[in-house]
Amino acid sequence: VIDGPVAAAVIGAGSGRTTAPFGRRLLTVTGVDELGAYRVLRVADPDGPMPDPGQFAMLATAEGWGGGEDERPYLPRAFSVARWLADRRSRRSPIGGEAHYLMEDVGPGTRRLCELRAGEELWALGPLGQGFTASRDGRRALLVGGGVGIAPLAIWQDALECEGTLASTVLLGFRDGSRAKGAALLRGAHIATDDGTAGHHGFVTDLLAEELERDAHATVYACGPPRMLEAVRAMCATRGVPAQLALEAGMACGFGACYGCVVPRRGGGYLRVCVDGPVIDAAELASIEEHAGGAGGTR
Amino acid sequence: MTVEFCGLQLAHPIINGSGTFDAIAARRAFGAAVDVEFPFAAYVSKTITVEPRLGNPPPRLWESPAGLVNSIGLPNKGLAGYLTEDLPELARLPVPLITNVMGSTAVEIAQLVEACDERAEISAIELNVSCPNVKTGLDIGADPRQLEEVVRALRPRTGKPLIVKLTPNAADVAACALAAEAGGADAVSLINTLRALALTPVSRGGPSVLSSPRSWLGGGTGGLSGAAIRAVALAQVAAVTERVTIPAIGMGGVRSVTHARDLLDVGARLVAVATESFRDPTVGARIARELDSRPSPPLSYGPA
Repeated sequence: VIDGPVAAAVIGAGSGRTTAPFGRRLLTVTGVDELGAYRVLRVADPDGPMPDPGQFAMLATAEGWGGGEDERPYLPRAFSVARWLADRRSRRSPIGGEAHYLMEDVGPGTRRLCELRAGEELWALGPLGQGFTASRDGRRALLVGGGVGIAPLAIWQDALECEGTLASTVLLGFRDGSRAKGAALLRGAHIATDDGTAGHHGFVTDLLAEELERDAHATVYACGPPRMLEAVRAMCATRGVPAQLALEAGMACGFGACYGCVVPRRGGGYLRVCVDGPVIDAAELASIEEHAGGAGGTR
Repeated sequence: MTVEFCGLQLAHPIINGSGTFDAIAARRAFGAAVDVEFPFAAYVSKTITVEPRLGNPPPRLWESPAGLVNSIGLPNKGLAGYLTEDLPELARLPVPLITNVMGSTAVEIAQLVEACDERAEISAIELNVSCPNVKTGLDIGADPRQLEEVVRALRPRTGKPLIVKLTPNAADVAACALAAEAGGADAVSLINTLRALALTPVSRGGPSVLSSPRSWLGGGTGGLSGAAIRAVALAQVAAVTERVTIPAIGMGGVRSVTHARDLLDVGARLVAVATESFRDPTVGARIARELDSRPSPPLSYGPA
């Protein structure tokens, strides 16, 4: 019983993160929507807690996980929750809903997940990690996304709009027009494409620079590929604009066990994207490297 | 199905492999359920070194056919940080604590073992000997003579059970196990990861083809774990239990109760689940449950 298109994401009271049930659970795909080059996987999660915006889940198909190209995939793959529609019957309790995940076929794991059809099953572990935190200092929200990384910004936009008082501006960048169709996941997005086939011909950071030029009293919430995030981080650092960055990294577990998903911390050492993030205050990060956590090894 | 292991009474024979389950991080992710439904009969810490280590630069992981190549580099807070920050947290776990340590010199190893010996919260010490000797460059654990010397020197320094985690990257693993036993070890555990390499993908024919192959992992080579190594693990555990009388902890690619039974059948006293916990953090509990349930009796088709 899904409560229509109204998302139920809310901004946490700052009392820490939502914890996941201990152990993966078998879930059923309720539908798959094509969104240009992307797919939105809709999954019934009757026992799952409502995720904090920015949290993620580790996903693997129940059948045919393994045996693909090079006998992969083997490990589950990390996906931000893109949207959460609460079950009507549990409106009062934050348990149970339909989770949406944005997919792009970039390797054996994502390929297998993209093949899922309604009625098929997948394993999910989550929600995991640290999500976005709403700025309480009256700054406007600037949501900046790139490619498949727009996913956590959708549930964040839902949450900010539930809050009511926070207006958000959405800037999204894509490689091409087919991928730019993913912008439909959010409301009122300004678009940039690398090849100019939709929106501004150029990078989303061009749009961000214009916005900050116009009014820098903002908090930036961004998610996208490492090069984009590094440009956002540097731009915000130069202008003294606070930014929260949702990072992607290849990870084996998602709950702090494997230590595989680290990114360099400002001042030395590393942060684990899975438990210290995936949303990390830009001020805590050193420059974001091309292979950040090495997602290429575990796509 | 309680098990006796080096004087410890364990609720069942399933534990974790060192460095594959971070109980403190798991509490952040899953809350109190981690302690209530703790999946292992004993908890093995990640490797602790004398000085803090940041670990290797990323990338640290590469998924291989039915396995995982990792080059994590033993990040840890160092001995002092472990004892003051982590140990009180780990002591709250509902199971005995085994602390895994690694030193690159005899002095370092002795310091680690003595520090663990002093702490009542620690039930046993596991020695990671997959560490190069700074003089010879060979893994301490790969050379039986050197291994026996190291263990013999440590033996008087602790009354706690001393487990030697053998390296599979040795010419004769059973000889290394015998050496550990001769030096005074109370148990051996195996197998650690197999040395492995992953190359940075190149777009064939594209402009970015590299002139020479380059390691994908920031640390250079890595270690292979997961389902891919199970048959190797089974062979090495069988070879070791045939030769030594001290108990062995068997591990390597265990994903199901059948795999655990295989290792127990070839003589392991305990079985550790490692990479599979990355895929499902409660798999240890499921395997323990299934081990405990007796196989169903054959169907009877007539009056008894």
